[in-house]
Amino acid sequence: MSDLFDAPLSVINVGLAQFAGPIRAAGADVVDVEWTPPAHDEDIARALARLINKADIETANQTAFGRYLAAQPTLRGVGLARDVLDGLGERMILHSGPPISWDEMCAPVRGAIAGACVYEGWAKTPEDAETLAGSGEISFAPCHHFGAVGPMAGIISPSMPLWIIHDPVHDHTTFSNLNEGLGKVLRFGANAPDVITHLEWMRDVLAPALVKTLERLGDLELKPIMAQALHMGDEVHNRNGAASALLIKRLIPAALDAGLDSKTLSDVVTFINSNDHFFLNLSMAACKSMLDAAHGVPGSSLVTAMARNGVNFGIRVSGLGDRWFEAPASIIDGLFFPGYSTADANPDLGDSSITETAGIGAFAMAASPAIVQFVGGTASDALANSRRMGHITFGRNTAFTLPALDFMATPAGIDIRKVVDTGIAPVINTGIAHREAGVGQVGAGITHAPLACFSAAIAALAETYVD
Amino acid sequence: MIMGTRIIADMYRDSVALMKISSAITLLNGVSQASCIMATPANLDLLREAGLITGDPGARPNEVLIAVEAETDDALIAGLDAAEAALHADPVVAESGGMASEPLRSIEMALDANVEANFTLIATPGPFAAAEAFKSVQLGLNVMMFSDNVSIEDEVALKTQADQAGLMVMGPDCGTAIIDGAPLGFANVVRRGTIGIAAASGTGLQQVSCLIDAADCGVSQAIGTGGRDLDSRVGGITTKRAITALGADPDTAVIVLISKPPAPGVATAVLEHAVATGKPVVACLLGHVPDGPGLPGVSYARTLEEAAQLAIVASGSAAASTQGGLIDGPLPGLGANQRYLRALYSGGTFCYEALTMLGETLDGVHSNTSSASTQTLNDPWTSAANTVLDLGDDLFTRGRPHPMIDHRLRNDRIVAEAQDPATGVILFDVMLGHGSHEDPVAAMVPALSEVTARDAGGPVLLGFVCGTQGDPQGLDRQRAALADLGVLLAANNAQAVRTAAAILEGAA
Repeated sequence: MSDLFDAPLSVINVGLAQFAGPIRAAGADVVDVEWTPPAHDEDIARALARLINKADIETANQTAFGRYLAAQPTLRGVGLARDVLDGLGERMILHSGPPISWDEMCAPVRGAIAGACVYEGWAKTPEDAETLAGSGEISFAPCHHFGAVGPMAGIISPSMPLWIIHDPVHDHTTFSNLNEGLGKVLRFGANAPDVITHLEWMRDVLAPALVKTLERLGDLELKPIMAQALHMGDEVHNRNGAASALLIKRLIPAALDAGLDSKTLSDVVTFINSNDHFFLNLSMAACKSMLDAAHGVPGSSLVTAMARNGVNFGIRVSGLGDRWFEAPASIIDGLFFPGYSTADANPDLGDSSITETAGIGAFAMAASPAIVQFVGGTASDALANSRRMGHITFGRNTAFTLPALDFMATPAGIDIRKVVDTGIAPVINTGIAHREAGVGQVGAGITHAPLACFSAAIAALAETYVD
Repeated sequence: MIMGTRIIADMYRDSVALMKISSAITLLNGVSQASCIMATPANLDLLREAGLITGDPGARPNEVLIAVEAETDDALIAGLDAAEAALHADPVVAESGGMASEPLRSIEMALDANVEANFTLIATPGPFAAAEAFKSVQLGLNVMMFSDNVSIEDEVALKTQADQAGLMVMGPDCGTAIIDGAPLGFANVVRRGTIGIAAASGTGLQQVSCLIDAADCGVSQAIGTGGRDLDSRVGGITTKRAITALGADPDTAVIVLISKPPAPGVATAVLEHAVATGKPVVACLLGHVPDGPGLPGVSYARTLEEAAQLAIVASGSAAASTQGGLIDGPLPGLGANQRYLRALYSGGTFCYEALTMLGETLDGVHSNTSSASTQTLNDPWTSAANTVLDLGDDLFTRGRPHPMIDHRLRNDRIVAEAQDPATGVILFDVMLGHGSHEDPVAAMVPALSEVTARDAGGPVLLGFVCGTQGDPQGLDRQRAALADLGVLLAANNAQAVRTAAAILEGAA
């Protein structure tokens, strides 16, 4: 206590702003906390308090964060889901977000599953496929349960080609499906014959061509491409133009040398070249790789996945095993394509928020200020978003830097304690799917992870925590 | 519906910027759809699908195409003009680069912003206050909890944890403190000096520090401990820490301990702890006065007034005391029926102090607080015989601000007591200092001016102001305003209580 009289009084004022004036007038330092009740719930507030500044949690987080930083996601190849995913059932379909039953799924996900059933030859028409899917003969599981991620509906069925991303540091492999391009595509629930034909082309032409190309190219480290793209106007979630260009720049010389026939070469290059989001799925699988490395450290309060299934938003926490902590998915605040409005929007959907979980995407919004205009913001709002996320993260990832913030490293390692304590929700850049299957993307915008997920995780961590 | 397009040549705008303008134009009156695009073939297809254009508008990929569908020609032109104006508008430049600092939303965030912080002042709803206090202690911060409604279990756990970490938890329900000259919570502007105070009583701390100030002496540190610190369950953890700190503080020459009636065992333990500092100790633990000489080195005070005087003397000040005794001048007489005292306190410790003093002089004293020598009121909203009330009790403040801030409750009670023909003296305190009402006497005027004048048979109004010359409300101004309203002014609570008793005895 003699400390208190020896050092100059320096006060943190919590709750009643009027108390600050007289203290300041007397010459002491005061900072005001704009206090709101944590989670607006006494029990959560108390659970949180038990977990603040505990040495064992800090150590666990240091371990988890160190693994996240050390991960070196490397593009190794392309393979069919049934060949590369351990334990994938013969009639199993993976989807984005936390677990969900067929009956509860949103229309775009159901549409995409129906399309996948047709693609697999399990049903002749999407209508038959829906009956089959509802019959219990098809099993469903989150991509995340198989080390995989997929944007929007995130559908992976056994004969779909997947990117194979290997982290040699932790000898761990993650996956994602290949981006189909824009327009009427499976990930938005479209399942018309041309969608299926395109998927077949991806399996029969694109994937083998990529296999040959990658064999030529050898292992390709993804973090340097992402880092470079961040310096070129991408945030590598909703903006992938630079990263896609950098990728194709690497692929073409190898493709030219891969013994592809000229038609294949031309079609493949044209396809990749036409899609600014081609890199997105690689970015996601790379983020999944880094976060899987951080997962499973007992006591750690760092978030290792944020994902949405179009109905619920779920998070996973390093120290809390395979549990999901869920809350209803939000409707996104954003800009809509001509003819569409919020009334057409499906609630938040897709695994792509794995990018924000890994400290890029909206967390790196300063790299891509144009994004912020989706919600009427200014470039400085984009910078502020990146800075703000620094208040809810464990550290910074020096592999990814933000030129507009004097090359500040991106904030990374979302700490559930800081989220609940500050009430600052992780920000997410995202596309908006139409609420009906197959219409496609109707807009894009910015949303926030629901705080209720983090409160539930705090309660769970406190339950397992022994003082 | 009317459709129209406009081409802006040689302009590139980001698709997001264009979407933003599109959505703004769509909101204009009379416009049903609008879109601004870079006129690439793919984008033109999109507009055709949306029905915004038909055929080839003749725009090239390096041009912006504005397409609007509207109900009238005027609305169409307005929409196209607005879109063009928005395309040409200068970007909004946020002031100071828009990099305003982020509001601090948690204690940890505040600590990141100010690593020198060593103290948290918590004034939040009780159950959350305990959580914030635990966080503070775990982050290595001393704590003052202004908040009440914190359980005794939490208080014990907090104080124990803090004590082990070498930190101090002042409170819960710690209304006031002065640390390094800085007033915390409801504190008066008191000059600095050599008298250190540790008080389990907010009002007691305020009264003693104000009386010290009035005698041209000063306070080194005034540490509030929370009203339950000398409860046997808490065991004086914070009081002992405060004593240790005051003992080690070179600027503190005298240690004053103040509390409402303490647990006897705890009182003895903290007094022994205080004696061990080797500094002179003044103890005003209401109701705790030894029959014999007590502990060596301890001066026992029965009242806050006496505590201040003993402290002033012990600090070596030669200032002659003007306190003690009764108010100056002849005491007023009362009518035959005017038999009873009605004391209406906003400061809780004044109530306890009055009860311990009156137990010896008046019969039939009732109160809302329990005490050995008094009876508990059946209905706290209606006085019986001599009644002494702590209007800051939860009983009265539930759903209302404290009477130091909001005078309505006490005003109503003053008017009610004045209408009782048996009321002889209405006694009240007026609290000044930071946090208290900005002009308390002005807030009391409606009630005081409604009381029947003395010469028309009304009761005696007897008050005292607890404040200093430095307080923002102005001590002299408040006293003068009371005098103008016909209020007899005492120097402090003890003098007021003695005077009230004397007036009632004179009448009897």
